[in-house]
Amino acid sequence: MELKLPNPVRPAFTAPSRVDTTIVNIGPSHPATHGTIQIIAELDGERVLRADVHCGYLHRGFEKECEAHTWHNLIPYVDRLNYCSALINDFAYCGAVETLMGIEITPRAKYLRTLLAEYSRVADHMTCVAAALMELGAMTAFLYLVTIRDYIYEHLADLTGARVTYSFGRIGGLARDLPDGWLTRLEEILAQSDDFLGRVHGLVDRNRIFIDRMRDVGCISTADAVNYGYTGPILRSTGVPRDLRKDTPYLAYAELDFEVPTGIKGDNYDRYYVRMREIDESIHMIRQLVELLRENGQGPINVEDRRCVLPPKPLVYGEIESLINHFKLIMDGPQVPAGDVYVAHEGANGELGFYLVSTGGGTPYRVHCRAPSFVHMGGAHLMLEGYQLADIVPTFGSINMIGGECDR
Amino acid sequence: MNPRTIPIRPEAQKSGAFEVLCTRKDELIGWARKFSLFPYPFVTACCAMEFMAVSSTPYDTDRFGAALPRFTPRQSDLLMVVGTVTHKQAPVLLKVWEQMCEPKWVIAFGVCATSGGFYNNYAAVQGIDRVVPVDVYIPGCPPRPEMVIDGIMQLQEKIANQQHLIVNDRF
Amino acid sequence: MNPLFDRIRERLAAKVNEAAEAHGVLVLRIDAAALLDVVRGLKDDFRFDMFSDVTAVDWLGQEPRFEVVWHFYSTVHRLRVRIKARVPEGEPRVPSLVGLYGAAKFMERECHEMYGIAFAGNEDLRPILLYEGFMGHPLRKDYPKALEQPLVPYREGFEPGRE
Repeated sequence: MELKLPNPVRPAFTAPSRVDTTIVNIGPSHPATHGTIQIIAELDGERVLRADVHCGYLHRGFEKECEAHTWHNLIPYVDRLNYCSALINDFAYCGAVETLMGIEITPRAKYLRTLLAEYSRVADHMTCVAAALMELGAMTAFLYLVTIRDYIYEHLADLTGARVTYSFGRIGGLARDLPDGWLTRLEEILAQSDDFLGRVHGLVDRNRIFIDRMRDVGCISTADAVNYGYTGPILRSTGVPRDLRKDTPYLAYAELDFEVPTGIKGDNYDRYYVRMREIDESIHMIRQLVELLRENGQGPINVEDRRCVLPPKPLVYGEIESLINHFKLIMDGPQVPAGDVYVAHEGANGELGFYLVSTGGGTPYRVHCRAPSFVHMGGAHLMLEGYQLADIVPTFGSINMIGGECDR
Repeated sequence: MNPRTIPIRPEAQKSGAFEVLCTRKDELIGWARKFSLFPYPFVTACCAMEFMAVSSTPYDTDRFGAALPRFTPRQSDLLMVVGTVTHKQAPVLLKVWEQMCEPKWVIAFGVCATSGGFYNNYAAVQGIDRVVPVDVYIPGCPPRPEMVIDGIMQLQEKIANQQHLIVNDRF
Repeated sequence: MNPLFDRIRERLAAKVNEAAEAHGVLVLRIDAAALLDVVRGLKDDFRFDMFSDVTAVDWLGQEPRFEVVWHFYSTVHRLRVRIKARVPEGEPRVPSLVGLYGAAKFMERECHEMYGIAFAGNEDLRPILLYEGFMGHPLRKDYPKALEQPLVPYREGFEPGRE
């Protein structure tokens, strides 16, 4: 069929710099780039000389949608930013709106949010490591980690109703409280995941092939990392122990005892190891939080604030004030005072920030998401240039670019 | 013209025996094709998480013969469009679909591929059927793995019941 | 106010029009032309080594129309600073920070394609989230939300959205 398809991108270079180099196009529909990314690479044999990274193939107009919906309606949209760890996005956004409204959430909600955020982080890191290992050929490790991830999904489906994108955070707290037996099942999953993680470590950590492919590949220096705005596991893998949970504690992180794992060289192996250690630290934090919930975390899930929290259903059906309150909250949205706020949480990939501008209504005037993956793509060429073509795959897997977050 | 939509012309009916032969041939080819689907996972967004889950334990598409992905359009026959397709991505989708050889089927996996999902704006294509013809739509945001398996089974039923023209436009 | 914020305010008082603290973040309002001096001051004197974000807000109806907002973070002091500058619709130009922070490249490209803000000094302002051939700046308030500009002709019976 005769069809001239337009090229949606303008590459930075179209002509090879030397006679003996070629330009290849990797993506955007590619099995090994997790998510839609296009890399236009100039190759000297197998070595990458220049790499031009094009993102934006999943730009879904999140920020434009935000201006047409109420503050509550945005929670599902926000979920789909970093869809591997959707709860962290929920809570970061709700935290930002609560800051703007001046609301302090209840202790139970604080502990539960922290617990669920760490649980989501475990799922995200497992997905990233599993996908990276699968690309190297280690299908067993992939299946171990994805099995645990499936248990986590089913478990969160018991709580929230959905497996992947939960929409569980609410402005002022959470959607609902824990069902019976949820914490018991949580402990079972954590025990199982300790076991499986041990097996993955055993398969991969000292594996000759794994070390050859990941050590000294995709290195980034600390100076470059900070200059290009890297945060999260990538920055920590260069040796800088910067973590927003420790530096500017929010939610319940100030009460928890955890370490911030750091790497040495900033190569793929360090990123893999930092993520595995972070899974261990997250599991340790979840166990502490279960104790904290039991000790001082009893009480209501939602704050008693009628500006944003829906009244209980018996009251909605019983008295006119609650009915009108419910109606106004759903139709107009919670009235957030005018102002702007930037709140950053430590997402699975790094600093996930929400910049909210309100003109005092139920609909935001402007919502901007500072996505760590997008910023990381800006410096991705540093980790790709100078290495082999086959190294692009594990390097890209270890950067953990999530399309929903990168392109918003 | 799409050979799947060409009906058997009345004047081409030689005899009842020819009809029986065509039907038996269609059943056989349909049975073979439906149980050996080679999906091309055109993965873009969050539905990828459920696609990974449905390909691994315990949901396993391998039981349905649809496990082995082929990442080149030349070797695959089922285009699974998983996740939102944006306008920037649409030329890529069309190119991949054009490069696939007949017979080919398309599954729209997820609500974003079916109808644009809740992204009703300048960026998302409001359903991939604006760009490529779709055989099975699997709604859900993201769909549960059981829904995906149901979708694959419905596609298998569709393949089993359709005409498979292998020699020319009549047989 | 945080003592570091006080020191920043004193040091940069000449270039800054207004300084306030909002939810733990120091907010500086400046003229766009003073951006490079202020940012260099923050980076060199006060160790604001991480450039978090640049974005814009479209105040349609007000003049100047666009407000460009930058966020900086200091990994040493663990504090944030927000810088805001207003630029008019007819001349939406601000200086670029690519010389100071590598992270500015992609973020300025996004701000440019979404709002039309020109970053003087950033030569590579190609569309990053949008595609070649997209006309207009979608995050401006006067761009209709559902106005589609398809790259691929639609199949029969389908029309691209208009509002």
